[in-house]
Amino acid sequence: MVEMTPEQIEKLKAVGRMQKDKLLQLGKDFTANNEKYDATIFTCNATSCHSGGGQNVYEALKQALETAGLTDRVRLVATGCMGLCAAGPMTRIEIKGRRPFLYKEMTPDVAHLIVEQHIKPLLGHPEIELKLAPHLEEKELSMDLPFFTKQRRVVLKHLGSSDPEDLGEYVANGGYQALIKCLFEMTPEQVLDEIKKSGLRGRGGGGFPTGKKWELLAKAPLVDGEKFIICNGDEGDPGAYMDSCILGGGAHSVLEGMLIAAYATGATSGWFYVRAEYPLALERVELAIKQAKKAGILGKNIFGTDFSFMAELRIGAGAFVCGEETALMMSLEGNKGTPRPRPPYPTEKGLFQKPTIINNVETWANVPQIILNGADWFASVGTETSKGTKVFALTGKVKHSGLVEVPMGTTVKEMVEDVGGGTSTGKPFKAVQTGGPSGGVIPAKELNLPLCYEELKKIGSMMGSGGMIVMDESDSMVEIAKFYLGFTVDESCGKCAPCRLGGYQMLKLLTKIAAGKGTHADLEKIKEIGSAMQKGSLCGLGQTSPNPVLSTIKYFPEEYEALLQDKDEKKGC
Amino acid sequence: MTEENKAKVDAIIRKWSGKRGALIMALHELQGQFGYVPWEEALYLGQELGIPMAKIYECLTFYNYFKVKAPGKYVISVCDGTACHIKGGASLLEELEKELGVPAGTTTDDGLFYVQVVRCLGCCGLAPVMVINGVTYGKLTTDKIKSILNEWRAKEGK
Repeated sequence: MVEMTPEQIEKLKAVGRMQKDKLLQLGKDFTANNEKYDATIFTCNATSCHSGGGQNVYEALKQALETAGLTDRVRLVATGCMGLCAAGPMTRIEIKGRRPFLYKEMTPDVAHLIVEQHIKPLLGHPEIELKLAPHLEEKELSMDLPFFTKQRRVVLKHLGSSDPEDLGEYVANGGYQALIKCLFEMTPEQVLDEIKKSGLRGRGGGGFPTGKKWELLAKAPLVDGEKFIICNGDEGDPGAYMDSCILGGGAHSVLEGMLIAAYATGATSGWFYVRAEYPLALERVELAIKQAKKAGILGKNIFGTDFSFMAELRIGAGAFVCGEETALMMSLEGNKGTPRPRPPYPTEKGLFQKPTIINNVETWANVPQIILNGADWFASVGTETSKGTKVFALTGKVKHSGLVEVPMGTTVKEMVEDVGGGTSTGKPFKAVQTGGPSGGVIPAKELNLPLCYEELKKIGSMMGSGGMIVMDESDSMVEIAKFYLGFTVDESCGKCAPCRLGGYQMLKLLTKIAAGKGTHADLEKIKEIGSAMQKGSLCGLGQTSPNPVLSTIKYFPEEYEALLQDKDEKKGC
Repeated sequence: MTEENKAKVDAIIRKWSGKRGALIMALHELQGQFGYVPWEEALYLGQELGIPMAKIYECLTFYNYFKVKAPGKYVISVCDGTACHIKGGASLLEELEKELGVPAGTTTDDGLFYVQVVRCLGCCGLAPVMVINGVTYGKLTTDKIKSILNEWRAKEGK
């Protein structure tokens, strides 16, 4: 690399200072332009709604506005995830001076009706009564549903009410102002202290204190002039899509979190590692990086300071184990993704043997909010040891299935009955499964359990990245345990014996039991193997893969018992 | 390898040559170009990037996402993520396999359909879900499978 002369650096910095003003102006321009509109139609085009026809709804609304000649008075926005995916595609109408109004299960054929009956009469007359055709009225979704009122959206705040592709709108909503605050008003040490003080813990599952992790990297010296940070977007838990939606609807907030970490720790570049199965998330990360480069948010001497940082996108290739940090780094280096023993920890020898930290998508997205609103604000939400909010993908047999964000400490009961609206089948609720293939079940009798790291661990499950599957009376716990174990056996990389052989043998025994051919001895053997895997496996995948089996045996022993051949022999399990 | 294919691989090589950890990305682009990772093209890519074929093959077989054989014209992805599983994703697959006469991971004899099981497509609210060449079928029941397949067959005049 050619060294720059002091004059060249000064020139670069002058450009950077201008870029900062230009970026802030972009936000102001957006606000000024937005004020011209009398109404806004937000229509969800995140993965779930998009799959359900969201794009067609958007096109139909666009057409209807054009036909009505209202394009200069009504803004139409294709947004990120609005949350209630089961009722998608969703569309929200906001008319100045009036409460927002939500439509569920949108179809293209009602688009012109919405424009004619809802928007046209109310434009400029927000006080008049809304008169809708009966089949349009049926599509109203109350904004007073506990699904909405019980949530506290911090990370997801702007997802359903902004254009994820508009950098100006992100800035108008406070975006990149946390970064600017860090660069111009705070020292790296102060940023680090703020994150430590906030109590933020990793949202990918383990719950390691984020500030502590950053501190380790800050203390690590540069190796060949480099230190790295990684965004783990390899959301492999089947049935969880929080990171997909956060990246798809708010890629800039994740990038901003990474930039702030880089400033605090001295990292020189960042890597996004995102699942190939998430085309929308990939597209938006790529766009965010491109926009940030152009706006001078990424590059050398950012905003005229001495801080430089670059970010790149790398795509996963469908291996669950790559969510494990050492396996992820192997994959990023262009190898098959198998884990390696720690120590050395990534902060000593990480990606390409350079000091590295890895945080999950949601963790990164929390960072700008902490800087903007302060550590105390963040720590005021949640429990003693689990601060802030947590995003969950609430799915399975629950009425209001979707993406939700609640304060840490919200109880299982509140999640299932209030936010989720109870079971979708009307049958009694039996259990929820959290933490995916690494987690366990929470039985109905533990309804008052607060959702936080410690409590979940205590009952044999884990927070995981936020998958939450609701099951009713008709679901067999043995079946669900078999499903998860089948998944982890399939995804085991095969490097260490406890995971490779233990999982396989355990699955064989479990299949035998499920088929009604097992015995008490088999059940005991399963527990024994499970315990050996937890203690002896090399990485998190193997250590946690017995959890779904062991936790269902613990809470639903009668279901296993009923399947055993020698069930009448009193042994208990 | 045809000249045309070589030119496509050359473009990928130019993009990733000299970059760190390029292999997985280059393989993604190969699959993007050809629908799968063809052997000869991968071999050429490896030679030019200085990566032994053994390592390329290791990655191709390790990662689920890569295909080493050309899939059928229409790729059917049946989701067996947890949400889809407990809502009947497995029975969708059974019905598909019965209807097409091939197990998951294979292509029908006429080369039309390739069936694969995927783990979560990120639209759990629509569970159970199946996707055919980018078209999503949500809240699906087994009785609809036949008519959906017939719609795709009709495109081919079959």
